Amino acid sequence: MTATATPIPTTIPPLTPTEGTPMSTNETGGRLTVPGTPIFDGQTSRRGLRLNKMLMSFRSADNRERFSADEAGYCAEFGLAPEQTQAVLDRDWTAMIDLGGSIFYVYKLAMMDGRSMQYLGGVFTGMTEEEFAAELKSGGRRG
Amino acid sequence: MVDVAEVIWGLATSHVPSIGAAMDRGKTEAPHWKDLFDGYAPARAWLAEHRPDVAIVVYNDHANGLDLDIVPTFGIGTADRYDVADEGYGPRQVPDVVGHPDLSLHLLESLVDEGFDLTVFQELEVDHGLTVPLSVWTPDPGDAWPCPVVPILVNVIQYPQPTAARCYALGQALGRAIAGYPEDITVGILGTGGMSHQLAGARAGFINPEFDRMWLEKIQTDPAALAGLSREELIRQAGSEGIELIMWLIMRGAMHDEVARIHSHYFVPASNTAAGVALFDNRQGAPA
Repeated sequence: MTATATPIPTTIPPLTPTEGTPMSTNETGGRLTVPGTPIFDGQTSRRGLRLNKMLMSFRSADNRERFSADEAGYCAEFGLAPEQTQAVLDRDWTAMIDLGGSIFYVYKLAMMDGRSMQYLGGVFTGMTEEEFAAELKSGGRRG
Repeated sequence: MVDVAEVIWGLATSHVPSIGAAMDRGKTEAPHWKDLFDGYAPARAWLAEHRPDVAIVVYNDHANGLDLDIVPTFGIGTADRYDVADEGYGPRQVPDVVGHPDLSLHLLESLVDEGFDLTVFQELEVDHGLTVPLSVWTPDPGDAWPCPVVPILVNVIQYPQPTAARCYALGQALGRAIAGYPEDITVGILGTGGMSHQLAGARAGFINPEFDRMWLEKIQTDPAALAGLSREELIRQAGSEGIELIMWLIMRGAMHDEVARIHSHYFVPASNTAAGVALFDNRQGAPA
């Protein structure tokens, strides 16, 4: 399936009865949990702030060049934790997310390496880029 | 006609960066893109005949205009110009965005008076979240976009995002604010983002066409039901990035209860995302 013309639904899945309680979440220990889904919440963002600030700096061509010339030194300049620096040096994309990276920030490093969002999707799901892209082209993953 | 501003249409559209890249690189006729762009054509043709005096674009930034130092839940641009951001590979070769500070400041005051305390952006570089929807509307802008733009920003990246209910209420207040602007101008509103997608985690690549089609229908017929969905439900059903769909509710809230559907289209995949477009005429009693 690649596309469907509208108008669409004849059968509409029922909405879950959350009307009137828009703040409700099924949280565990105060954190929202959805299987296989990193939630970029406040604690995650606190943990990842230095990492994300470094990744944000790649908006400037000068900074991209300085990083490429001395990756570890550039990480130190931004005060990354040792395990965050290691994840960056190793291009361990899953670890960067686990250590507080926001996907939109982590993607800036991937772009510098010439990597696509489909490549990252493959890494996160244990597939090759081609396999991941093929799943999307066949309508996406239903997880 | 009364001498106040009037919302004439609302356009809901995904803002996937690869849609802009496909246009910028002349790939809109490529096999995996053609159906998406063919699906835009009827909306573009209608919009070309209904150019508003100002457009309000409800969008989110993606680590380009805003850092994580400050995460405003809602914001509004009040500048007379917004430069196109360098997102890491040079800015898109599209026109910079002309603002409408007088309308921005009017909307800000009205919304604050209604209890929506928006953060003010006097300087703002705009990224694909704003420019791709403008390209969906106007593929060949030439030297300038069709009209000045008021950007409204929503935090959809860092949890807790505003609730769907709050977004819908903001839209309703926005509609009242526009109707209180004492000039006879026409306004188009763009609600951007979505549809279902998830970029990271073991569930990356998640697409939920049943949910998306339900959303495409109810955004017209029953937006209050969509506004009742919790954050958790949105993340489960639409994916961690699909929660962007809450921005459609701001657009919808600013429109009449009854709107006429001009066109809609659904396509999978644009990059890692289900892409939807839906165009509604807000003029009461107007022929489509």
